[in-house]
Amino acid sequence: MSEISKTVTWQKITQGGTIYESGNADSFITGDWRTSRPEWIVDKCTQCMLCFPVCPDSSIPAKDGKRLDYDFNHCKGCGVCAAVCPFDAIKMVEEINSDK
Amino acid sequence: MIKDRLSGNEALAVAMRQIEPDVVAAYPITPSTEVPQYFSSFVSDGKVRTEFIPVESEHSAMSACVGASSAGARTMTATSANGLAYMWEVLYIAASSRLPIVMGVANRALSGPININCDHSDAYGARDSGWIQLYCENNQEVYDSALQAVKIAEHDMVKTPVMVCYDGFITSHAVENIELLEDEEVKNYVGKYCPKHHLLDSENPIAVGPLDVPAYYFEHKRNQAEGLKNAKKVIKDTGMAFLELTGRKYGFLEEYMTEDADICIVAMGSTAGTAKYVADMLRQKGIKAGVVKVRMFRPFPAEEIAYVLSRFKSVAVLDRAESFSDCGGALFLDVTSALYVHGKKVKVLNYIYGLGGRDVTTDDLEYVFNELCELKEGKEKTVLNYLGVRGEDNNAI
Repeated sequence: MSEISKTVTWQKITQGGTIYESGNADSFITGDWRTSRPEWIVDKCTQCMLCFPVCPDSSIPAKDGKRLDYDFNHCKGCGVCAAVCPFDAIKMVEEINSDK
Repeated sequence: MIKDRLSGNEALAVAMRQIEPDVVAAYPITPSTEVPQYFSSFVSDGKVRTEFIPVESEHSAMSACVGASSAGARTMTATSANGLAYMWEVLYIAASSRLPIVMGVANRALSGPININCDHSDAYGARDSGWIQLYCENNQEVYDSALQAVKIAEHDMVKTPVMVCYDGFITSHAVENIELLEDEEVKNYVGKYCPKHHLLDSENPIAVGPLDVPAYYFEHKRNQAEGLKNAKKVIKDTGMAFLELTGRKYGFLEEYMTEDADICIVAMGSTAGTAKYVADMLRQKGIKAGVVKVRMFRPFPAEEIAYVLSRFKSVAVLDRAESFSDCGGALFLDVTSALYVHGKKVKVLNYIYGLGGRDVTTDDLEYVFNELCELKEGKEKTVLNYLGVRGEDNNAI
């Protein structure tokens, strides 16, 4: 993916579209597909960690057993995290701008 | 050098035994069935170490070839007619993924009506798939082209799959004398296949065939077209090297008696052989007839054919498939386009012939040469014609 950008010419593009790097989904920004976004209400969050494993896009980063704020470069706003939260600590709101 | 008597299918299977690809995935279909049949015997008899995958359809055959080739395996297969049609979507994936698969195509009419005999409608159908297409006149050419195809497909500048096309039954089943290279010579000629990147290289992981969004697809197709363009030089060089090895000459076209010819038939496959025979006959009557055999149909040698044909007073292009364009067969359109683009003005007729295994007799081709004589002398002729079909005015039967 690192060799591919929207300025790459046909002479420089990889033959057959082969990707010569693993783990490159991280550099493919998909967050702009989102039409609604989760808001993390830190005061209500008990760090029960029910939301972290259900995210289909691994967009809830976690460190030392605690979740952090969303990775909005990849969160699609599906709302699964909000649905599983027992403490109303995640609220889905309409996406207003898409410049994440 | 080994002298043998083999059918076209046997010749291809023997070439495959000597090449000993890593993987052969194939499904039987008349008239190419014998190729995987002979080859599976070689596998059972321990004559090759190839992984033979007997799949459940041609779609699976080509899919297995794509998987194997992506994994870095030298990969071969064979098919015909509806089998080739059933591979259709995967043919494009093989070509666009730049996988150097080599496939024998025993040309057979596409159904319907259901027919198992020779014409070129199957390979014409895959004309725009991005595969290189080489057409063979006889069994020797099938054997020789199969060996060359491996070199061409795998060349760094090409990385494009190759179809080795030969006429179903006429070439696939007729037994002819043939000269073979020793097994060791073939092994040395094709060499070891060591792709720079492949799926089984765990040290350097790659992804093959990913989604290509509008921002990139066009660049990839343009890049792919360059592989076909480069193939011309590689096919030429491969032919030269093969000439040194065997004394047999291969290029884009074969010219026969064209030196002083003023009328000429252009054809692909076994009919070129019949046309040579008829040219010889006519020469005895003082008619200066020549033949241009197109060996390389994709990529198309437009500049070369325009130059060659510009020397003749009248030319007939023979197409062994009906393309239903109402403006001529595919070979005719390529030839006339080549002449136009390169500024050569030659009188050209088109004949659709030999569909569904209809015999092409010497009388048929003599009739075409006679028409070319009359055209040369200024008589008006219909440009688009059918040869050997009942009900046409020009019927030679």
